[in-house]
Parts: sequence; structure tokens; C-alpha cells
Amino acid sequence: MTDTKKTNRRDFLFTATYTLGAIGVGATIWPFIDQMNPDKSVQALATTEVDITNIEPGKSITVLWRGKPVFLKRRTPEEIAEARSVSLNELKDPEKDEDRVKKGNDEWLVMLGVCTHLGCVPLADKGDYNGWFCPCHGSHYDVSGRIRKGPAPINMEIPKYEFVDNNTIKIG
Amino acid sequence: MSENYTPDSKVGKWFNDRLPLLSLASHLKDYPTPKNLNYWWTFGGILTFCLITQIVTGIVLAMHYVAHADLAFGSVEHIMRDVNYGWLIRYIHSNGASMFFLAVYIHIFRSLFYGSYKSPREVIWIIGILIYLLMMAAAFMGYVLPWGQMSFWGATVITNLFSAIPLVGESITTWLWGAYSVDNPTLNRFFSLHYLIPFLILGLVVLHIWALHVPGNNNPVGIDIKKPSKDTVPFHPYITIKDIFALLMFTILFAGFVFFAPNVLGHSDNYIPANPMVTPAHIVPEWYLLPFYAILRSVPDKLGGVILMFSAIFILFILPWLDTSKVRSAVYRPIYKQFFWILVIDIFLLGYVGAMPAEGLYLVLARVGTIYYFLHFLVVLPLVGYFEKTDPIPISISEPVMTGSANLGLAKKTDEKI
Repeated sequence: MTDTKKTNRRDFLFTATYTLGAIGVGATIWPFIDQMNPDKSVQALATTEVDITNIEPGKSITVLWRGKPVFLKRRTPEEIAEARSVSLNELKDPEKDEDRVKKGNDEWLVMLGVCTHLGCVPLADKGDYNGWFCPCHGSHYDVSGRIRKGPAPINMEIPKYEFVDNNTIKIG
Repeated sequence: MSENYTPDSKVGKWFNDRLPLLSLASHLKDYPTPKNLNYWWTFGGILTFCLITQIVTGIVLAMHYVAHADLAFGSVEHIMRDVNYGWLIRYIHSNGASMFFLAVYIHIFRSLFYGSYKSPREVIWIIGILIYLLMMAAAFMGYVLPWGQMSFWGATVITNLFSAIPLVGESITTWLWGAYSVDNPTLNRFFSLHYLIPFLILGLVVLHIWALHVPGNNNPVGIDIKKPSKDTVPFHPYITIKDIFALLMFTILFAGFVFFAPNVLGHSDNYIPANPMVTPAHIVPEWYLLPFYAILRSVPDKLGGVILMFSAIFILFILPWLDTSKVRSAVYRPIYKQFFWILVIDIFLLGYVGAMPAEGLYLVLARVGTIYYFLHFLVVLPLVGYFEKTDPIPISISEPVMTGSANLGLAKKTDEKI
């Protein structure tokens, strides 16, 4: 055996050992990192069913889903018209009102009541755009929950939801 | 000197040969300290006192507190009403945090004024900023524990800062929460970390002092001195007695808050239990975080605001290299001295607008304040160092006092600061 060969073999052994060691350390650390993610009991609470029978047009209710408030607003025809009259160029995060509701259930706006800036709950019927206003850092949302003014980067999020029947919405 | 120290007793010598703790004690006792240190130099001792106070009161509070979303608020009220002297211990702890920050800000501004962060003391400075960062983390998590409205929404806003990170932001926030919002898992882990951080700080304090003892203290004149010499005095009793006197003055202020205005620095909304459905109309952090909060809100962009706020803190790490002047003390830097005071005013301004709603004139002031803050570090400091004509520096600490007319003016100038 020559010296070069010896060195190569030693290099290989070192690299293999370091690699295996790094994988071992990584595999050991991972449970300690992952334990901080939402656990099974938290994940189990991931859906909420809401009875919407008693909500009059123009009114809204707030329910808690996964620890966060969800706004369910039954909009009046005027409000829908207002939301749809806005040109997309005026929007910071362009999105049609039609895309934010379920087709055929256009009067129902179901949305996470969480400001996309830093997570506060915006106040209803406030702000410059007839929608919501976040008191924390001054974000204004319109009647479709779209960001119009202020530091929030995107529109208020629409969660996954479905109409179980005419009177019940399942969120999650 | 401690290097040549031998304990008097046989037992002491036997022990010291095996673990030189007595040599360490001797070093700390004889440690040569500049004889001209003024009262701004007493805050290191005061800060040590603050840390120990927080740890002792914190350990006691943890014996009565329950870290659960349903029970935390009640357990704090239980401490206030039922636990013997619980009200006192909690008020010491909550006001102690404010006192801790008051002292650390004076300590940092002292360093800024007298150039204590400059070579060869950069590592002391960097460790200090790390301590400051950990203090903010500990204070923030501690504020969450009573699980009042401000606790909950403060936690929500601060953890949401991380959601500004592109791509992985949401996952990181969920990971921090252990849920899909600030909830019981969040409270639990914050309690665990709030208990851990003070001990990390304690470890860094040991390194901070160790690093300090390598070059020795800076001093108001800002010149290197021979140690030991007639420019130095032993730490004990000369500095210890002065530190204790300053500490007593400080504890009068501390006790004033604890006994006469224990809630004046807090926010009344935190006496309302946390409610994830309603955000308080006006969210403000504790006073010591307000300047950074103002910077965050001055930017009309989420990621931009977060980056700028963190930069405002992290810029301090490179301060020793941003300041190009070789002269340490602002006493001999006529131009820097003015900019120093402008920075102080700027930070007070930011603190003020941070407490006000982010609109109208306040927003304009916040933007001006933010721009100036960064200008000070990134433009003013490097340029002033090059162009400033500094005043002549004395050769020794004694010189301004001992010599004649030429330096008498300087001596007076120094005295004013002292």
C-alpha cells in the first residue's frame, strides 16, 4: 500500500464517521425540536361546527376555532355589491370577492378574524373601508376582509370550511 | 496581587492548592480599579443586585404559581391575596424587572458616553448586549405568565413577528406556540424558559466580569492606566463601599415603586383575564421596549418593520467597529458629545411615540426618530470619528488635577461630569 492510498482510506473513514455522527446527533435533536409542534390533542380540536340559523343579514358572529376567532358575516346585498365594485388595482393583495366566498352562498363571509400583520383581532364596522379595523397597528380591511391600508401584508385568511346543510357550517 | 496570593491558614492553603477559590476572592478584593470612577460606574453592582433579586423572588413565586391557561390568572391573584407576603414578593418581581431595565439602560448609556465598548473591551460589550437580549426575552415571557389581556395579546403580537419570515414564518410561529394560536402549550413553555433564562444571564454575567477583569475598567478620562499604580485603588473597600451607597439610593427608588406605586409601570388591562376573542383597544409593551416598538410600527410593511426592529438591537453588536474614533471618553470629544445627547433625546422620543397610537403626527415622529437612530450608528459615528478634532487627552488620571493652567480647564470639564 502506498501512502496516498492510506490517506484516502483514512479520509474516507473520517468523513464516514463525521457523517454518521452528524446524522445521529440530528436524529437525537429532532424529537426535542418537534415536541414543541402542536400535539395530538391540539390537532384533534381542528374542526368546529357552527349553527347559523339565527344570524340576520348584516349581522355577524364570532366563533373560536383552533384558539383563533372566526368571523361569520351574513352580508347584505349592498355590502356584497360594494365588495364587488372595487377594482383589483386598488388592492394591496388583489383577490376577487367572488373567490373569498362559496359560490351560491355569496352572502356568507367566513374568515379568520386575525389581522395578518401581528395577529390581533380586528374590530367590526370600523375603519375607512366599511369593514374591519385592527386597533393594534392600524390596518384597515374592507367589507370582504381584504387589506386596504396599513401594515398588514395580505387579506384576512379564509379557512377551509363547508356547508354541512343550510343551517350549519363546518370549519376546518 | 492575587497571582502571588497564599492563604494564611494551613487548611486554606490545602484547599486553595486544589481549588483556587481563595485566590479568586483575593483577586476580586485587590482588583485595581481606576480611582476616578464616578457614580455612573456603580450600575454594574446594582445590576447584579437586580438579577439576584429577580432570581430569588422568581423562585418563590414559582412555588405558588400555576402555569396553566385556565389557572394562571387565578394563581397570580391567589399570590396577591392569599399567600403570606405574596403581594410584596410579586410586586418586587414585577417592579424589579423595570428597575433592572432602568439600571441596564443607564449602564449602556454610560458605556456609550465614555466609550467603554472600544478596544480592548469589545468582547465585554458584546456579552453585555447578549445579556440585554436575554433580559428582553425573559421580561417578555415573564409578562405573559399572569395570562391577562396584555399578556395574551403581547405574546400574540411578538410571536407573530416571526410569521414575517418568508416561506417558513407560519411554521415557525406554530412551532413557537405549540398550537394554532397562543394557548396553553405556549404558556407552559414560556414558564419553562422564563425560569431558565435568568441562569443563562447569570452565566453571561460571570463571563462579562471575567472579560472586564482582563483589561480592567474603563474610566471617565477614558485613557489606559497602569495597574496597579497611583491611578488605581483596590476594589475593596474603596469601590465596594461606593457601590453599596449607590445601591442603597437605588433601592429607595425601587421601594418607592413597590410600596407606593406598584402598578404605575404596568397596564391595567392585564388585570383582565386573557380573552382570545377580544383584542384590547390599545396594545402597548412595557416601557422598556417602547423605542423598539415605535421602530416596528414606523414601517408600513410587515417584514420591513420586523427587520428594522431587530436591526436596531443587532446594530449594537458592531458598535465597536462603527465608532472610528480612538478617543474613548466623550469628555474629550466635543462633537460626539453633542450627538450622544441627541441620540438620548431620540430614544426618549421613540419611547414616547411607541406609547402613543401609530397615526398622524406620532407616526411622522416615529419615522424621523427611526431614521435618526440608524443614521447615528451608521453615518454619524464613522464620520465624526474621522473629522472630529478631539480635545487633548491627559497622560494620567492624576494629570488634570495635579498640573497647571493648560489642563485646568480639562480638569474642570471632567469634574462637571463626575
